[in-house]
Amino acid sequence: MNDFLEVLVVGLGNGAIYAMLGLGLVVIYRSTGLLNFAQGELAMFSTFIVWTIWNAGVPMWLAIIGGMFGGFLIGILLHQVAVSPLGDPHEKPLAVVIVTIGLFLALNGAAQLIWGTVDKRLPPLFGTGQVTIGGVSIQWQKIGSLLVLAAMVGLFLVLFQRTKVGLAMRAVASNSESAGLCGVPVPRILMLGWGLAAATGTVAGVFTAPQLGLGTNLMQLTLIFGFAAITLGGFDSILGAVVGGMVVGVLSSIVPQYVSAFERMPLAPAFILILAVLLFRPQGLFGSKQVQRV
Amino acid sequence: MSLLEVESLRCGYGIVEVLFGLSLSVDEGELVVVLGANGAGKTTTLRAVSGMISAEGSVRLNGREVLGRRPDQLLASGVAHVPQGRGTITALSVEDNLLVGAYQRKDSEVSADLEMWLEAFPRLGQRRNQQAGSMSGGEQQMLAIARAFMSRPKLLLLDEPSLGLAPLVTREVFDRLRDVTQRTGTAVLLVEQNANLALDFAARAYVLEAGSIVASGPAEELQHDEAIQKAYLGL
Ligand SMILES: Nc1ncnc2c1ncn2[C@@H]1O[C@H](COP(=O)(O)OP(=O)(O)OP(=O)(O)O)[C@@H](O)[C@H]1O
Ligand SMILES: [Mg+2]
Repeated sequence: MNDFLEVLVVGLGNGAIYAMLGLGLVVIYRSTGLLNFAQGELAMFSTFIVWTIWNAGVPMWLAIIGGMFGGFLIGILLHQVAVSPLGDPHEKPLAVVIVTIGLFLALNGAAQLIWGTVDKRLPPLFGTGQVTIGGVSIQWQKIGSLLVLAAMVGLFLVLFQRTKVGLAMRAVASNSESAGLCGVPVPRILMLGWGLAAATGTVAGVFTAPQLGLGTNLMQLTLIFGFAAITLGGFDSILGAVVGGMVVGVLSSIVPQYVSAFERMPLAPAFILILAVLLFRPQGLFGSKQVQRV
Repeated sequence: MSLLEVESLRCGYGIVEVLFGLSLSVDEGELVVVLGANGAGKTTTLRAVSGMISAEGSVRLNGREVLGRRPDQLLASGVAHVPQGRGTITALSVEDNLLVGAYQRKDSEVSADLEMWLEAFPRLGQRRNQQAGSMSGGEQQMLAIARAFMSRPKLLLLDEPSLGLAPLVTREVFDRLRDVTQRTGTAVLLVEQNANLALDFAARAYVLEAGSIVASGPAEELQHDEAIQKAYLGL
């Protein structure tokens, strides 16, 4: 029983990371209606920035803020240089998706050039200690990741539901042309979405790095899990990303424990989940169904 | 000086020319209609004026050249555009659609205006939390108009509000529109195929054929000019 609970806790901790990366994907999806394949590499890149700042002797939390800010600027820059010149992503979705795949490769190459191919060590933000609750030992880092996730969700819900910028982002995602006619500066809103998504990814990277070691392929598996999370939760739903992330995290840690065939295929449960959701409930658990009437 | 002065407007899509030096004007608070058959270039005219597509010639607002600006920049100068097909932001609620309409306003009367428009268009008031994409065509047309008014425009560009609506619903839309333009003093540049309805509504009219203005004058005169009616309006 305790074994099961411990695996569950590990799963929830991983799930929190998938959810964090998923939040960034949702933010881009909500402003452009597209999946951003570069999300994981953006997160990796800005996690390296965090490492660089931390390595220079700055306290961890300050380094993270620096990395988020760096990620924000890089997200904006990439949008302006590589995405925005293509025009409205709602009109040329395929071109933009291809560009995000190109950015994936470019960011990965750039990171290798700057930081080399030897993994760096980033310590866990909440230390290496653990508590024992009811016979189950839980790392502070796992509890911390859940708390940070909760804070991020709160911030995003406020942003989307309570602020004017959030309203504009939702409007642009649904109908960019009309949003523009209503006075929303569409290019600026899209740019902001990219910046926010990249900043969000930093946090996911900072929690992943202590577990896997900080290398240029840091987020590649996590991105697949993140895709699975938002597919399950619904591409445009903040809460969906969280629930989806948790389910994917728990499934991927529990299933291989009990079904030996999955031990060597850690991604398989996630893929099966993506497939099943797309078949039976394409809008995900919490996503909005496309309602349209012409 | 007119509120809107369009002069020698030329534009097209790629190598296809659609407008061949079109000129028209709208005065402060004036209701003007551009009539024309399918494909005459009505929608293209409005798109060029509001900056959705690039064009040559001149578009002046209160004497200031605005050609080449983006739609959101034109809105800042007081021009709201209700596009053909209504441009509903389908994923948002009725209320949120209206709030997007007020995006550029910084004054404190936005929520008072919201209540006012929900009252002026009772069908919207009953549905303020409904997802806009799930409303009927007539309701969406009223939403599009109310949303445009949320920006407190000086000039409303309105593209075929009668499109796809039953005659009775079209009447209702025009009746409401007449009320609110009277109340707010907003000028309207309407483009329509439905000549009867539009000439009843507007004070002045232009007839557009194949990208050129072929006739213009007070709406009442055009309504009684048999030659024009036979040739262009199919009445
Ligand atoms: N996006 C486009 N690309 C290419 N040609 C276009 C485009 N939009 C319109 N056209 C062409 O421009 C001409 C004018 O079209 P426009 O939509 O302005 O006509 P309209 O008067 O609004 O017609 P309707 O009453 O059917 O709406 C037409 O011949 C049309 O085929
Ligand atoms: Mg048209």
